[in-house]
This record gives sequence, C-alpha cells and structure tokens, in this order.
Amino acid sequence: MMILFYALCALGLLALIFGVILGFAAVRFRVESDPIVEQIDAILPQTQCGQCGYPGCRPYAEAIANGDDVNKCPPGGEATVKKLADLMGVEATPLAGGEQAEPEKKVAYIREDECIGCTKCIQACPVDAIVGATRQMHTVLIDECTGCDLCVDPCPVDCIDMVPVAQTKQTWKWQLQAIPVTQID
Amino acid sequence: MDSLLARISRGQLWPSPGGVHPAVNKSQSNSLPIHILPLPPRLVLPVKQHIGAQGHLLVNVHEQVLKGQALTKPHANWSVPVHAPTSGRIVDITPMPSAHPSALPELSIIIEPDGEDRWCELVPHPNYRELTAERLIDILHFAGISGMGGAGFPTYIKASTKQQIEVLIINGAECEPYISADDVLMQAHSDEIVRGIEVLRHLLQPKITLIAIEDDKPKAIAAMEQACASIEDMQVRAIPTKYPSGGEKQLIQILTSKEVPAGGIPADIGVLVQNIGTMYAVQQAVELGKPLIERVVTVTGDTLAEQRNVWALLGTEVKHLLAQQDFTPEPMQRVIMGGPMMGFTLPTVRIPVVKTTNCILAPSEAEMPFPGEERACIRCSACADACPASLLPQQLQWFAKTKEYKKLEEHKLFDCIECGACAYVCPSEIPLVQYYRVAKAEIREQQIEQIKSDRAKERFEARKERLEREQEERRNRHKRPSRSKEQDTQSKEKVAEALARVKSKQADKGADKDKVAAAIARAKAKKAGEQLEPDNSEVAQERAARKEQARLYKEQKQQADTAEPVAADDKKAAVAAAIARAKAKKAAQAAETEAPAQDDKKAAVAAAIARAKAKKAAQAEDADAPAQDDKKTAVAAAIARAKAKKAAQAAEADEAKVETNDDANSAAAPQSEEDKKKAAVAAAIARAKAKKAAQAADAAKTETAQGEATQDKPNEEATAFDAQSSAEDKKKAAVAAAIARAKAKKAAQAADAAKTETAQGEATQDKPNEGAKALDAQSSAEDKKKAAVAAAIARAKAKKAARDAQNKPDQEDPS
Amino acid sequence: MNLNMMSSPYKHSHKSLTSVMMLVTLAAVPGILAQCYFFGAGVLIQLALALVCVTLFEAGVLYLRGRKIWHTLQDGSAWLTGLLLAVSIPPLAPWWVIVIGTFFAIVFVKQLYGGLGGNLFNPAMAGYVLLLVSFPVQMTSWLPPAELMHHQVGLLDELSMIFSNYSQSGYSLEQLRSNVDGITMATPLDTLRTDVSHGLTVAESMTKPVFTETAGLGWQWVNAAYLLGGLFLLQQRVINWHIPVAMLAALSLCASIGYIFDSGNQPGLAFHLLSGATMLGAFFIATDPVSASTTNRGRLIYGAAIGVIVYLIRSFGGYPDAVAFAVLLMNMAVPLIDHYTQPRTYGYGAKS
Repeated sequence: MMILFYALCALGLLALIFGVILGFAAVRFRVESDPIVEQIDAILPQTQCGQCGYPGCRPYAEAIANGDDVNKCPPGGEATVKKLADLMGVEATPLAGGEQAEPEKKVAYIREDECIGCTKCIQACPVDAIVGATRQMHTVLIDECTGCDLCVDPCPVDCIDMVPVAQTKQTWKWQLQAIPVTQID
Repeated sequence: MDSLLARISRGQLWPSPGGVHPAVNKSQSNSLPIHILPLPPRLVLPVKQHIGAQGHLLVNVHEQVLKGQALTKPHANWSVPVHAPTSGRIVDITPMPSAHPSALPELSIIIEPDGEDRWCELVPHPNYRELTAERLIDILHFAGISGMGGAGFPTYIKASTKQQIEVLIINGAECEPYISADDVLMQAHSDEIVRGIEVLRHLLQPKITLIAIEDDKPKAIAAMEQACASIEDMQVRAIPTKYPSGGEKQLIQILTSKEVPAGGIPADIGVLVQNIGTMYAVQQAVELGKPLIERVVTVTGDTLAEQRNVWALLGTEVKHLLAQQDFTPEPMQRVIMGGPMMGFTLPTVRIPVVKTTNCILAPSEAEMPFPGEERACIRCSACADACPASLLPQQLQWFAKTKEYKKLEEHKLFDCIECGACAYVCPSEIPLVQYYRVAKAEIREQQIEQIKSDRAKERFEARKERLEREQEERRNRHKRPSRSKEQDTQSKEKVAEALARVKSKQADKGADKDKVAAAIARAKAKKAGEQLEPDNSEVAQERAARKEQARLYKEQKQQADTAEPVAADDKKAAVAAAIARAKAKKAAQAAETEAPAQDDKKAAVAAAIARAKAKKAAQAEDADAPAQDDKKTAVAAAIARAKAKKAAQAAEADEAKVETNDDANSAAAPQSEEDKKKAAVAAAIARAKAKKAAQAADAAKTETAQGEATQDKPNEEATAFDAQSSAEDKKKAAVAAAIARAKAKKAAQAADAAKTETAQGEATQDKPNEGAKALDAQSSAEDKKKAAVAAAIARAKAKKAARDAQNKPDQEDPS
Repeated sequence: MNLNMMSSPYKHSHKSLTSVMMLVTLAAVPGILAQCYFFGAGVLIQLALALVCVTLFEAGVLYLRGRKIWHTLQDGSAWLTGLLLAVSIPPLAPWWVIVIGTFFAIVFVKQLYGGLGGNLFNPAMAGYVLLLVSFPVQMTSWLPPAELMHHQVGLLDELSMIFSNYSQSGYSLEQLRSNVDGITMATPLDTLRTDVSHGLTVAESMTKPVFTETAGLGWQWVNAAYLLGGLFLLQQRVINWHIPVAMLAALSLCASIGYIFDSGNQPGLAFHLLSGATMLGAFFIATDPVSASTTNRGRLIYGAAIGVIVYLIRSFGGYPDAVAFAVLLMNMAVPLIDHYTQPRTYGYGAKS
C-alpha cells in the first residue's frame, strides 16, 4: 500500500515539475506572431471588391478566421487560395464560382467625354482612386485602382470600362513562346 | 605585406570561382577589318536605348534632320538623348518592336535616309582638359553615351560619381564566344580608345587604370600595349580565358580580389568599369564632337556567307545587317542579339541595332544544336561548380519549379547574373536560367503587388474611417429624446418596415449599390435590437443580381450600339444614348425614393402609372419608328428603350414595395393575435404575392400589351385569395396558398412566353429574395431567438418555394 | 520568315545524363572483372538478372505514373542501380534475392519518392540493406576465392545454384563454401570479427587462408580494381574528389588510431581500405549525386562521416561490413548538411 502511495507521490511530483517547466517554457519562449486575422488580411489582395460577399478584405479575413471557406477571393486567384489554405491548414479548393485561376489584372477607365460628373463612382470606390467633382469630369488614378469593378455598375451613363493592364518590359515574365509578332514583311 | 594597390599594379591576378570554357569561335570574325555598311533603306531609332528614362522628343514627323542632330532632349535623371545617325526625313514616330527579349513595342523614330549623309555642325573639344568637370560630363551626357557592353548604363552618371575611384578598369575581356567587336575595335583604333580613357582618367583621377583583355586576343593586347606604353599608371592585363570573366563583378574580382557588395555598385569599393566601345565613343564625342550614332557589331554564325564585324548605324535593322552578309536562313532559324550565352532570340529581323547591341548571331542548327528534352535534376551540382557567383543553382531550380519564392530569395536568386554557365554544364539540359528569369519576374511582380495592396488597404481603411465619422456626425444631429417602451416597440416595427423596404429595394435594383443606404439600414437594424446574423448570402445575391443587371445593361447597350451606327455619327448617338440612360436611371431612382414615403395605395397607383407609361413607351416606339427617318428613329428608339426600362424598373420597384409593405403588415398583424402557424400561412401568402408581383413587374417590361393583360387576371385572383385566407382556418389557408402558387406559376408561364430570356432569369432570381425579405421583416417583430429560427426556416422555404413553383406547386407543408 | 524563340544559353557542354551514367558503368568494369576472376562468373548472372528486373520495374512504374517510359529509361540511372546492387550481393545468392532487392530499390526507394532526383536514399544501398536484414543467411553466403575452393564450379553450376540452390553435381552452397576440413569459409571481414570475438588476436586470425599479408585474398584486388575505376571517374570529372577522399581519409585515420592503440584486436589501415566494399563505396556509392550532399564543404563532411561510421560498425557493430548502413545514415543527414554548408555567395561578407 505504501509502495503505491510512494509511486503516486513520485509521479505526481514529476508531473508537477514538468508542468512547471512547460508552463515556464510556454511563457518564456513564446513565439510572437501576428493574430491570425492580420496574417489572413496580409495575404488577401486588398482590392476591397466585395466579391467574397463581405464588405472588404478585412471582414473576409475575420470570416476566414471564424471558419469561412478560403476560396472566395477571385482577384487573388489560385495563389491566394493556396496561401490561405496553407495558413489555415485546410485543403486548397478551387475558386468558388468557377472563376479563372489566374485573374487578369484590370483597372477602371472612364471615358471622359461621356462622363456627366455625377460622383456616383467616387462614392462607390473603396480606395478613393477616382477623383473629380460634381458636374466635372472624373478620372481614375490608375496606380491606386485595385480593379474591383465596384464603380462600373453605379455609373448612370456606363462610361466606365475595366481595361486590362498593358504589359510592359517590367512586367513581362519571359513567356518566350507567347510573343505576338507582327511580321512586317 | 604589400598594399593591395601595389599588388594590383604589380600585375597579380586573383582566381574567381566557377566559370566554364566553351569554344570561343572568334576566329571567323576577328581577322577581317571592320566593314562599312551601305546606308540602310530606313532607320528605326528607339527613343530609349539605355537604363533610365527616355528624353523629350525634339522633332516631329516629316521633319528633315541632319546627321548627328539630337532627336530627344534629356529631361529627368538618367535620361540620355538619341541622335540622327544620318541625314534624312522622319517618316514616323511610333511604337516599334524593341531590341529586348520581349520585343514589346517601344516609341521609335523612323528615319528615311536621303543618302547625303550630311553632318550637322559639330563642336569639337580637343583641349578638354581646360573645361570644367561639369562641362565635360555634359558633353558625355548630350552625346548620348551609355554603356556599350550590355546593360546600357548612362556613362555620364558613372563619370560623375562622387566616390573616390582607385582602380579604373577598362573591360576588353569580351569573354562571350563568337563576339569580337571589342577585339577588332582595339586592333583598329587603339589610340582613340586610349585617348578616350584619358578623358575618363582626367575626370575620375584613379590611382591605376587597368585594361583587361582575355589572353586569347594577342593582337588586341599588343595593339593596346603599344598605345598606352608611354602612359603612367595605365596597364594592359591579359587575363585567363574563361567565361564569364568579362562580367563586371567577376572582372573586378580577378583584377583586384575585391567583391562588389551585394546590392552595391563597384564605386562602393573604389572601382569603376567601362567598356572598350564606350571609351571609343567618349573620345569621338569629346575630341571630335560626334555624338554616339554608330557602333561595331559582330555579325556571325554559319548561316552567313561572310562573318565579320561591321560599323552599324544605330537604328539599322538586323535584316539589313544579315542581308549584307548573304544570309541563308534554315527552317527553325534563330537570330540572336548578343552572344550564345546571354543573348536573346529575336522574333523578327526588323529589330534595330541599339547602343548595347554587340553581336548578331545567326547560327546553323549544326553549329548550335537544339537542346534535348529536359530531364530530372540529379543534383550533381555541376552547375554549382560552374556558378561564378557561388550560388546553388540546383537548389534554386527546385524552388523555382515549386514557386517557393521566399526560399529563392533566401538562396540569393537576385545575385544570379544570368550568365548561363549552369545551364551550359547541366547534364539534364535543364534551362536553368529561364527558370530563374521567370521566378525573378514573378517575385518582382509580387513585391509590386504587395506594395500596391498595402496602399490599397491603407486607403480603404482611411476611407472607412472617414465614412464612419461622417455617419456619426449625422446621427448626432438626428438624435432625439428617449421614448417610452411602447413607443419604442412601435418605432422598432417602423424601423423593421424601413429595413424591409430598403432591402427589397436592394434586391430589386440590385445594381444600385447605394452603399451608404445599406450601411444605414444595417446600422438601423442593429439599433432596432435585431440580431442580424452575418448574412453574406444576401450580399452575394445582391451581387449576383447586380451582375445580371450589368449584363442586361450591356445587352441593351449593344442593341443601341448596333442601331446607332446606321443612324448617325457615333458621338452624337453616344451622347444621346448616355443622356437617355442617365434620365432613365434618374427617373427610376426618383420613383424609388418616393415610393417608400408613400402609402400602399399611392405606391400601387404609381405602379399602375408606371405600367401605363411602359405601355405607352412601347407603343410610342412602334408608332414613331416607321414614320421618321433613320437618324431620328435610332435616337428615338434609344430614348424609348431607356424610358421603357426606367418604367419597368419603377414598376418593379414600386410593386415590390407595395407588397413588402403588405407583407410586413399582414405578417405583423396575425402574430399579435394568432399563433405561429398562422404566421407561417401568412408567409406563404406573402411568398405567393411576391412571386406574383415579380411576374407582374416582368410583364410590364414586355413590349406587347397582351402579356400584361393576361397577367392582370391572376393578380386579381391572388388578391382575392389573400382576403380569404386570412379569414379562414389553417388548412384552407394552405390550400389557398397552394392554389395561389399554382396560379402564380401559370401566370409566370404566360409571362415567360412574352418575356425575354434575361428577364426571366432576373425574375427567378428576385423571387427568393423577396420571400426572404418579407420573412425578415416579419421576424423582426418577434423576439430575437424566434426571429432567427423563423428567418432561417423562411429563407429555406422561400428558396424551396421558388424551386417548387416550377414543378410541384402543392407539396409544401405550411408549418 | 518565322524565327525560333529560345532562352539563352544556346550552347551546351554536350555532357548528358546518359553519358554520365555510361561513364560510371564503364568505370565499374575492372571491378566486375576482378570479381569474376576471384569469385566466379556468378556476378555476371546476377548482373543480367538485375538489369532485366530494373528495366521491367522501372518501366512498370513509369507506365503507372504516366511518364515517358523510353525517354526516362534512357537516362540509365535504373541500370546503374541494378549494377551496383548486383555487384554487392553474393554471386550465388538465389535468384529471388536480386528480384526483391531491385524491386524495393526501384519501386519504393526511387519511384515512390518521385523518381530520379527525388529519392532521399541511395536506391541500391537501401535495397541491399533490406536484403541484408531480411535474408541474412543468403546475403552473407559469399564464396571463398576460387583458388581456395574444394569443388570447382563452372558457369552452368552457378546458373543452377542461383535458380535451384544446387550445383549440377548436386552440391549445396554450404558444401561449396566448406574447405577441405569441412569448415565453412567466410569473407575476410567476417572471419576476422568472429575470430577476434573468440579471443584470437588479429595476427593469429590473419594466418588463415582467406587472408594475405595485407588484407583478404581476392578482395584486395577487387578493391584495387574499383579504385582504378574510381580514379578514372575523377579524371573524367564525373565525380568530385571531395567525397571519396574525405571518406577514405577518415577511415584511414580511424583505422590507424585504432591500430596504434589496440593492435591486438584491430586490423591495420590496409586491411580496412582493401576489404569489403570500401572502394566500391567510396567511388561508386557514396558519390551518388542524388542522395549525397551538394555543396563542397558538405561533401567533405558527408564523406568523412561515412568513413567514420564504416570504421565504427566494422570494429564495434554487429555487422561485418558497413558501407551500406553508413551511406544510408548519412543520406538522412544530407538536407541538414546542405543547409549549413551553403557557399558564401559573391558579394556577401567579403573583404572590401
């Protein structure tokens, strides 16, 4: 009976010691990392387009942290889905709604001679990338435009187009087989 | 221990890691004198031929220019001008395929030579030592001189460095196989090159100047040694032949044992490297006043009858160079600008020679066989042994293939100089350099994206803050004293109604994302104490509806577009259409904004009027069309269409409002008196009504009056049933609802016949929305928990009902 | 005119995977001939069997994986694996030994890890170790050199042994391995360790007929032949010097130290270098690029560690030879070694 008692005591003591060590280690060697929402938000493309069904990237990040699917971000493409899946430890699934894997980058373009200066697009733009005043022509700051297309629908005269971003030597990615050549002779 | 400088000047050389020894293949071209080409039929001068910004254009199309005349003016930092290589007329200034691996078009000046080759006035400075340093640097700048070895770094920037230069290295190594342009230039113009070096020495005052030449060019070494024999502190260094010892960083390591720090420039360690060809250009510019308009180009490869070096005017098309050497292309011919290790293939021979073009290589297939199929990497690390930067190419390759960009940066991908030594030795024939280039481009893009997304986030948050602040202010303005509990519940109901209205508006209009309104609605909902679950399905639906609307828009636009060109000039028509569209939208919005303020009756009346208008509009269109001429017709049609649409929207919106109000009322009423089941019945009725209303709305859109007529009937009947059902018992109500649904279905079918496809799509989409909304409104009156449950059930039911309405209308259990 | 677009460089050294594998095979020829001379032509039968097996297994897996069969087979890596395994096992081992060994090596160790380049372990050695731990009797039944054999065996006898366990004249392998006194003869390494464990000194043991003054009869020449092949590989720049030199140097160092301190129980330097699979291991097995370290400093560490482990297992472990175990153990350490031995890239931390 005493043996049992000693054994229990010894085990209990050991458990206590290890518990203390572990507890100390957990405090002392804590790995500082961003809260999960911050990490998710950093992966999202910040187009603020709402295509995920949330009013912006941050709310979607919060929703993912609360268990929503990671495949609702068409502007991010498959790459973003993959990163989110890695971060959340879930299976990477194809984009919801069958959007293409590599989204084409677009920016809004206002056909300026048709613009009536209603400021509706300015109100719709989530990143304030449209400048203009009432009854004055508006224009898009191309560098700030995220291509979310939220300004297209509010336009009463449909003078906003989403145009693909032109390729430059800086953005060219060595697709040697895809060089379109206009043979002059 | 000697000082490093002493050891350098004593002629010590240091080893550099890696490197390969491909066959040099220079004898084909380096023994012949430099050939002078006849004037080409046209010259294509890209405005930017260097690293940096392009200059401002100084000339216009059709202008006559003289040889050596500046065509652009430098304006910003790092911009270098270009000059007319011969006299002639500018025929065009337009983007042309550029001398870049991508061949992406770049703004170019196209000159048609007049054959006279008449120089403009030149300002020589034989006594440049009397000039100030700034003036001398300006001469280099305005002569358009940029590095002629490969990268095209503006020379004036290197020459004006603030750092103390101890060792000036003139790079005549020319380590790449086949190229002999610098070799023959040194043989023919060693004196001029040395005088050019003197100019730079005068500017930089280095302690020692080394001219590095690989030891496989004995003639060039001899010529240069002779030319600089009398000059102190200038030495010719023969270095072992090894590729890529002519790379700037490698050459510095071989000659001085120093390494350029990562991310730094040679000037950081007191070294400056200049190319042989650049030195010749400097001499021409300073002593003769000639800007940079021509350069030596090695034209070689087994498909050419003659392989030699030529003086090519900048802007000469490769086609001209090849044709002059009797080019006989093979199938699968490659034309390479640059050498066989680092050059790039051209997609067309109509690409101009630029300041950095040192070689045009047109190899036969026997000379440079096509690579075999890529095999698996066996990690033999032959590539690591060959790498002059001591990277681990095989590791980089694994990471590049799996797109592990972080790992790539850790393994210092960006210190790769893309010399191609690794791919040269790879037994598995893996195109390693291509993998690195793609990965580099991807990483650069990601970095840009990251910056962009950070900025977008910042702007988005700033905007959100601003909106919240504004809203807060507005709310404070409208604050009222607190009310009694009873009033409070009343106001809650009111709020719920408003909410329902707003929601239905959203659902109907879809496209109109009045975000502010939505936000207010949401805020109100919160205030009303209703726990709105994070309802993203709603937003998603909204978005879907919006997309649908956008599609409709586009279709209409297309119709308008097809009509207009026939009618009148584009602009007028477009303006007219735009105005019409604007009016239509405004009208629709006006109708909508009014609607919620009015009572049911008024709304109904408004709807009726709207319908009437739609009809009239349709008739008007019919009547007008044949009577008038084309132009007018088109415009009229556009306007008419716009009106019709507007009317339709108005009608739709109004009707929805009417019925949601109805629903809210009818739902709220029974609850207070009757049991839950009854509420469910009411909901069913509401759904039926919603459906009916949607159909009615759809019908208004149709152009034929017939469709509408047939629809009116089920409308009335359904209303009758409404009256009945509220009075009767559960069972009856269920039956009634079922009948109503059946009727609605029949009506829908009738409407379908007249409706367009898209309209139908919209209608089916609207239905569940409305049902859901009506239910939402109802639930807001109940307590929180119940409401949540009811709402969930209702939404599910609404969806099911929408589906069932199509095939089995009488199967639903009212509870 | 349509021009062809390609990525630089456009020149190639003409050294291909196939030619590398061919050179390695060529370099193994002297060793195989030496084995034939001393231990009979059984190794050739095993070799033929192994080549057929690896071809079939490799082709089968490639078919299942949907890869190009002939194109991949052509790289010759599977045949090299077969060759190395065939020369590692006793020449008269039953036929199923090599079949199981090649199956495990090709299917599990190589292809299931993604095929050539993806395998963490050396396939031939993993196959060998599997056989050694699964069939210890068959895998240690080496024939004594021909000149010590009581019964001489011809090629047909060996064929018959491999496929039916008995020679044409009805002898079993055990009988063939016995000397005139009816005592089974083992390999020199095995004999030595048994004797030492029975209390004999090394000098006493070395008087037995399986030994010469320096090392094992026959075995020393087989090792010398592989050394010759290895030098050929070095001269052809197929392998780098780092791994073989580091491994042999470490083994030599350990053997010398051991001999100095305990000459009674430790054989000398020459014995270690010329026994068992030392040379084969140093030049043909440890240098397998796929599973070895890829940095030069890493290769030195990797080779030296193999040398030390070989010495330790031979002297203190439970198995007479240890090249296979040493290589596999170090294969596991390769990623770690590679990570910590990255060369200094140009421009980082240089004197300025």
